[in-house]
Amino acid sequence: MTIASNDAVTVAADDTPRGASLRRYVAVKAGGALISLAMVVVLGFFAFRVLPGDPVRTMTQGRQVTPEQLEGLRRQLGLDDPLLVQFWNYLRDLATGDLGQSYVYKNSSVAELIADRLLPTLLLTGTAAAISVVLGLWLGQRTAWRRGSWFDKVHTGLALTFWSVPTFWLGLLLLLVFGGGLGWFPTTGMTTAGAGYTGVEHVLDVAHHLVLPVITMVAVVYAQYLMVMRASVLEEMHSDYLTTARAKGLRDDLVRTRHAVPNALLPTVTLIFLTVGGLVGGAVTVESVFSWPGLGYLTYQALSEPDLPLLQGTFVVFSAIVILMNFVADLVYRVLDPRLRSA
Amino acid sequence: MSAATWQRRRAGLRESAGEFASYRSGLVGAVLLVLVVLLALAAPPLVPRESLAVTQVTADRNEVPSLAHLLGTDSSGRDVLGMLLWGARASLLVGFAATAMSMVIGTVVGMAAGHFTGLTQGALMRVIDFFLVVPSLVLAIVLSTVLASGLWTIVIAIGVTSWASTARVVRAQTLTIESRAYIERSRALGAGDAHILGRHVLPAVMPLVLANTTLAVGAAIIAESTLAFLGLGDPTTYSWGSMLKRALDTGAATAGFWWQVLPPGIAIVLVVLCFTLVGRALESVLNPVLRSHR
Repeated sequence: MTIASNDAVTVAADDTPRGASLRRYVAVKAGGALISLAMVVVLGFFAFRVLPGDPVRTMTQGRQVTPEQLEGLRRQLGLDDPLLVQFWNYLRDLATGDLGQSYVYKNSSVAELIADRLLPTLLLTGTAAAISVVLGLWLGQRTAWRRGSWFDKVHTGLALTFWSVPTFWLGLLLLLVFGGGLGWFPTTGMTTAGAGYTGVEHVLDVAHHLVLPVITMVAVVYAQYLMVMRASVLEEMHSDYLTTARAKGLRDDLVRTRHAVPNALLPTVTLIFLTVGGLVGGAVTVESVFSWPGLGYLTYQALSEPDLPLLQGTFVVFSAIVILMNFVADLVYRVLDPRLRSA
Repeated sequence: MSAATWQRRRAGLRESAGEFASYRSGLVGAVLLVLVVLLALAAPPLVPRESLAVTQVTADRNEVPSLAHLLGTDSSGRDVLGMLLWGARASLLVGFAATAMSMVIGTVVGMAAGHFTGLTQGALMRVIDFFLVVPSLVLAIVLSTVLASGLWTIVIAIGVTSWASTARVVRAQTLTIESRAYIERSRALGAGDAHILGRHVLPAVMPLVLANTTLAVGAAIIAESTLAFLGLGDPTTYSWGSMLKRALDTGAATAGFWWQVLPPGIAIVLVVLCFTLVGRALESVLNPVLRSHR
């Protein structure tokens, strides 16, 4: 009895600093995210200037260049300044959103190029993520509920096989089947070149182009949602509250959808944000295969030139997005789980 | 070390080997892997490198599979099967080397982050967190673009970007072990950091790291083929990824030349699947908790 009342006291005492503890939690996580961001910024600078290898030579390999041109490029990139001055300029530019000048696309700044490509990438990864989350979670809870059945075996087997397939190869297979053979879906770009569609026709055209890249991404990604949801539901399977729900006469379907699934969803929600890093990697390869005009394809174009200022820009932006998403995941988890909220 | 210790270890090894053999899928994976390694080693005598040089080929371009060229030829008339065999060398070499590098970094950093306290630990944890969140493919692309192109650059790029999850697992294990009484006893007898880490912690985390290794080789092989596919590999070696890059660049996929698209991809999936099967079996053998669940 005394222990219980002690608990009540401590809970009551904790009541006031609960807001403070939440603030502390957010501050710690935000601090961590900021340090990671700072490391990305520093790495983005030093990887391109300090690591062995001459940036100017890397960028001009395989081209005919005069010493004067090399000198000019060196000056344009500010490589003649002392390293600390270069770093200061880089930080100052970055703070104002200036990511430098592209080397290959002479008339565009890196920031403009990235801004142009952001929307297509969001469209592709967003659609793919939404479909794979819904598909993965639904299949995950179904397979767990009927563990050991043929449904379970087929779907976990299928998901794991797709999971060990390199993304770009799956894309190539779809190109082979649909691009060469059937011709049902367009295989390059986001719109039909020269068609000049507007309104609804434009939307349909983009959707038509979206099909193959999205299928490729979904096939590789949904396995991890399936596996986590499956494990999560399996963990709930023998809980007392499910027995109670059955005992009061609920149909099996309702026990699953109203009681087991909501509890099992918790760990998977964070996973959705945490997998953004993997989606980014997928975006690079999928967009390269289908020439989808997004950030990933931009990275591919930057590395094939190689256009170092552009590559540095995409690295910083990609990493910043992922770090931000991880921070959001930490916050969402805290808000969703009542046990953590009071802890 | 005394003879008795060795005898005990030999007996343990024999028992583990017997246990491993009872996992059929793991055994199948291991046998297939040995086969692939043998084929990769036999590539130079089977398919002389000169026969794959673009200037030496006698076959037509994009030839359909036939008895002379079992898997057809590519857009330069090179034998696809020959390139596939040579590609196995690059994939396996990079897969093993990058994994070894990633495991060494991960084990050392993980043990240090678990053993030391204060500022050292804080700094190490930040570094681990950073490499956990940063998109590894993009970082690997940056590294392999900046460094001189070559097979070892790819190894470094994959090794440097993939060690963080190992470090996290090793750190957790280090913390558990260091809370045991025998570590305290050892400390009381005057053992230093090096002794505790080297003689007590390292042997205890090794099984975990080893089981992880086999699974990591598969991931490293996928990473290698992805980087090669993006054009970041060594231009002078054949690789499954670069074969697929050629297939995309020359339009072989849309033209329906399936023999240039299917074999390299199937090879990647097969080898990765084998490593996964062996890894899972090893994990069950080395982890007594999982074993009892079987």
